[in-house]
Order: sequence, then structure tokens, then C-alpha cells
Amino acid sequence: MADIASASRTPTSVSGSRPTTRTWWQRNYRKVVVPWLFVLPIMLINIVVVIGPSVGAFYYSLTDWSGVGPAEFIGLKNFRNILFSDIDYRRAFLNNLSWLAFFLTVPFLVSLFAASMLARIRRGSMFIRTSLFIPYVLPAVITASIWRNLLSPTLGIGPLLANMGIPGLDKAFLGQPNTALVAIAFVDNWHFWGFLMVLFLAAMQNIPPELYEAARMDGATRWQEFRFITLPGIQPTIVFMLLIVSIWSFLVFDYIWILTQGGPAGASDVLGTLVYKQAFMRFEAGYASAIGLTMSFLAGLIIGLFQYLRRRGWEI
Amino acid sequence: MRQLFRQMFRQGREISLAPNYILLILLVAFALGPLVVLGFNSVKDAASIGRNPLGPPTEFRWQNYPRAWDVGNFSTTTRNSLILVVGTVTGVLSLAGMAAYSLARLKLPGGGLLMLYLLVGSSLPVQLFLVPLFFLWRNLGLVNNLFGLIIIYIAVQSPFSIFLLRSYLVGLPSDFEDAARVDGANEWQVFTRVVLPLSWPAFLTVGLVVALAVWNEFLLATVFLTQQDLFTVVTSYYNFTSRFSRDWSLTSAAAVMMIAPILVVFLSLQRRFIAGLTQGGVKG
Repeated sequence: MADIASASRTPTSVSGSRPTTRTWWQRNYRKVVVPWLFVLPIMLINIVVVIGPSVGAFYYSLTDWSGVGPAEFIGLKNFRNILFSDIDYRRAFLNNLSWLAFFLTVPFLVSLFAASMLARIRRGSMFIRTSLFIPYVLPAVITASIWRNLLSPTLGIGPLLANMGIPGLDKAFLGQPNTALVAIAFVDNWHFWGFLMVLFLAAMQNIPPELYEAARMDGATRWQEFRFITLPGIQPTIVFMLLIVSIWSFLVFDYIWILTQGGPAGASDVLGTLVYKQAFMRFEAGYASAIGLTMSFLAGLIIGLFQYLRRRGWEI
Repeated sequence: MRQLFRQMFRQGREISLAPNYILLILLVAFALGPLVVLGFNSVKDAASIGRNPLGPPTEFRWQNYPRAWDVGNFSTTTRNSLILVVGTVTGVLSLAGMAAYSLARLKLPGGGLLMLYLLVGSSLPVQLFLVPLFFLWRNLGLVNNLFGLIIIYIAVQSPFSIFLLRSYLVGLPSDFEDAARVDGANEWQVFTRVVLPLSWPAFLTVGLVVALAVWNEFLLATVFLTQQDLFTVVTSYYNFTSRFSRDWSLTSAAAVMMIAPILVVFLSLQRRFIAGLTQGGVKG
């Protein structure tokens, strides 16, 4: 139908065959000029904001630049620094990897579990779905501030449990170097997993119910239904979200910055907080660009890895 | 309550669902419990929070709210956030809508290339272009300028919006548009008079998602608005909690005022919200 429509809209096809006195502009006005006029404004904005500065980041990553005045070209020195001598970078990178490990497991397990529970019930399922999704629409500053209070070693949940005879949780989880990162991940996950759950639930509801009926007739257990019908049925969604979460694990900034600013003493720093500190607190804009570039490279690497596995015949 | 349980377990099959309900209700408590505590603390005074930090309040101190409104400078920050939201949503809907229309209907020559470009552009991390963009914006005098941040938000939000609007427009029958063209309407008239009125559900979805993203945004707002009188509700709350970190009653009241509008809009339009957010597929 679209073809008919466009044909009727453009009665004169290629006008090169017959001689004409009309200009290029007039000849291509409807077919080329008008369509491009419609996309031009957003493209210009995109080029100025995203593409231009991204290209600029490549150049500045090769310079020593404070952000003011001229940038001094220093070749690959920033990258040599990153690779061989910057301890902060190494620690931040490892923290990103821990973050990745946490977010590829905990939210996926919890939300798969909850979605498969929720897919079986009718009554109240809307209420439950909405309730579990609500944390996802809250701003990070609010989530962080709520949980900073709840995780307080003097007034939070920990001391309450300690009073009830369950000791060990009244610690300053966000203030200790060895627990800060996992505490932040826990808070971020509180906000995030409901979103994942809703995605999985929607995918599960697209699985034809006949499959389950057939399985039940064959005497399949609940676990077998989950393993052999539900999981394969929602596999594309799971894999896509594994990809998104992996990419995002290298770009995380908000929760860490809001809760600890990478502290205590850099223990919860990630690459995202390093970029911010280098650019806007230490005024090393060139070095910050180099770190930002490596973050994009890591995100690109993840995409490449997924493509490679797909080529190798993995069903993802 | 007993009625509900009796109904729930009326059929044999439903009895086996009791564990499902118990586990799901525990998860609901995990999701909503912290918000309930927040609501409790927003009407306590500091002393009763010290005695009873998690339980329901014994008396209601509603004064916390006007005090938090004043101390948190909410009249200014709400205005700033609303300007950003309205400006960005207007910009994204009109500019991304035009682009989506061109891609879906006008057989844009090189459209495939543009889609690829948008795909690449939308997956570039903010941290890649943040630093050069900041210094470019400073040279242009667009730092500490709401309009400057709106431009950035439009650029960041548009690829997803174009994809979503385009896929909606592709599925829309083009009979009305053709009729309008036969009647002599030009493409701009077709877009504004025919396409927009027909595709408002998709525009509403995109508008909601973009509005939520802008209202909640932290990193760009922190970097590009450093002047106190330009803080958004989010960045102002961030500064507020670091100044008044000991005063939970005040920070809780401020938090409730910040999330109340989000919750009202979300709950009244949740189907559309969830559809848009899950199609965006992006972690916020």
C-alpha cells in the first residue's frame, strides 16, 4: 500500500530522460528536498551535541588540556598512563567488572523468579506489577536518600534487626571500603529489578498457553515448564537485556556519585566517576576524554562480543 | 479480607498458588516498604525519628512540608525543572516527530543510513562526549543556561523517540494523508493537520517517557547547571541532602514533594508509561 501511495505522490519519476529547464532544486523538491528538510533540524542538533564532541573527544584524548586555553598534543601518553601506571583507573575498572558481575546475576535471577510467579496468577496481578515497577520511576537522588537512611548503622534497618536479635547488619555499609560498592549496587538494584521483571513478564505473556497445557498433560513439573518452555520462550528478551546491562555496567555514574562520590578513599570509584573527577575537579580534561574513550571502547567491545557469539551460531 | 482469601482459594487449582502470593507480597513489601517509611518520616519531628526511625508517626507534623518547600527552594527548582521538561518534550515531539514522519512516509533518500547513524549516535555513552561538549557549551555561553541544557536533552532523547514514532507511523494507514494530498495539502500541512491528530497516542507515550527522563536526570544537570538559582529539583535535592543530611524529617518531606507528581502521573497513565519505557529498553 505504501508503494502505491508513494507512486501517486511522485508522478514524474526520473526526469533525466527528457530535457527540462527546471533547476535541480525544482526537480528534486518533493522527493529529496522536502524529506531532508523534515530531518534537518534534529540532525543538526545531534551533530552539534553528540557527533562533534565525540569526534573532539578523540582529539582531546591525545592532549594535555585543562579545559581552558590551548590543548597541548602529547600523543598516546594518556593511554599509556591508563594502561600502565594509573592505579585509580585499574581499581575503577575492576569495580566496573564487579558491578557487571552483580548486575548480570542478582537482578536477572530475582526478576525471572518474580515474573514466573506473577505470570501464573490473575487476581491482583496488576497491583503487584505496578507496585514492583514503581521504584523504577523514582529519581536516583530519592532512591539514594531513602536507602542511605535505611542503611544507617544507628537508625536504619540494621539496628532494628539487632534489637530483635538478628545481629550483624548494623554496619555502615556505605562507609566501609569493602562493602561500599556492593551496598550501592544493592540500592541501584532495588530501583532497577522491577523494570526487568515487567519486561520478562511481558515476554512470558507472549508464549502460547497451549505449550503449557501440552506440557502439563505430559506430566511436566513446574521447574520443567520453566526450564523447557518459559526460558526458551523469553530468551531473546533475556539476551537483549544482558547486552544492555553489560554495556550500561561500564557507564554507571549516578548512584555511585550520589551515594559515595566514589569513596571512601576511592573504594567505590568506577570509570564514570573518574571521568567526572578528572574533568571537573582536577581539570584534566584531556585525560578525562581519554578515560571516556576507553569506556566507549569497552561498551563497543561488549556489542562486538555479542555479534561474534551470534556469528558463531549461539542462539542469541 | 477473609472474603478475599476465600475467593482466592475457592478453586483447588488456586490453592497451589498460595506460595506465589506469599512470595510476591514479600517482594511488594520490599519495593514499597521504603516508600512507606519515607512517608512516615516526612511527618515526624527530628526527635521522634531518633526514637522511632522506621515506624508510623505518633503525631503528624505537617509543617515539615512548607518548611522543606522554603528551605529546599522548591518554587525556583520546580520552575527550572518544568521549563526543562516542557522545553525538551516540545522540542523532541516536534523535531523527532518530523524526522519520524519523513522516515516513515516520505521515502527519505538515504533513510537507512540515517537510521544507522541514529542507532550509533544513541549508543554513544554520554561520558564520551560530555567533556568536549561541556567546554564547547562554555565557549558558546550555554553553560548555566536552561536553553543550553534543553538542546542537549533534545539531542540525547531524540534517537529513541524517532525509532518509536517511526514504528508507530509505519503501522498507520496512509489513506487520510493521501486524501489530503489529493486535496492539495503540502507535506507540512499533511504532517500537522493529519498525521499529528491521528498519532497522538504514540506522541503521548514518547512525551511521558522523555518528561520522566528529564525530570529525573542527574549527570547532565549537575554538569551544566552549577548556579544555585538554576538547580533542578533533582540537583537541588542532592545539595539539600548533603547540607541537611541529619535532618531526616526535612529531607523526607522534600522527597515526598518531589515524587508525588511522578507517582500521580505514572499511576494514572501507567499502561502507556510501561509500554514506552519497556520499548525504550534503556536503563535510567
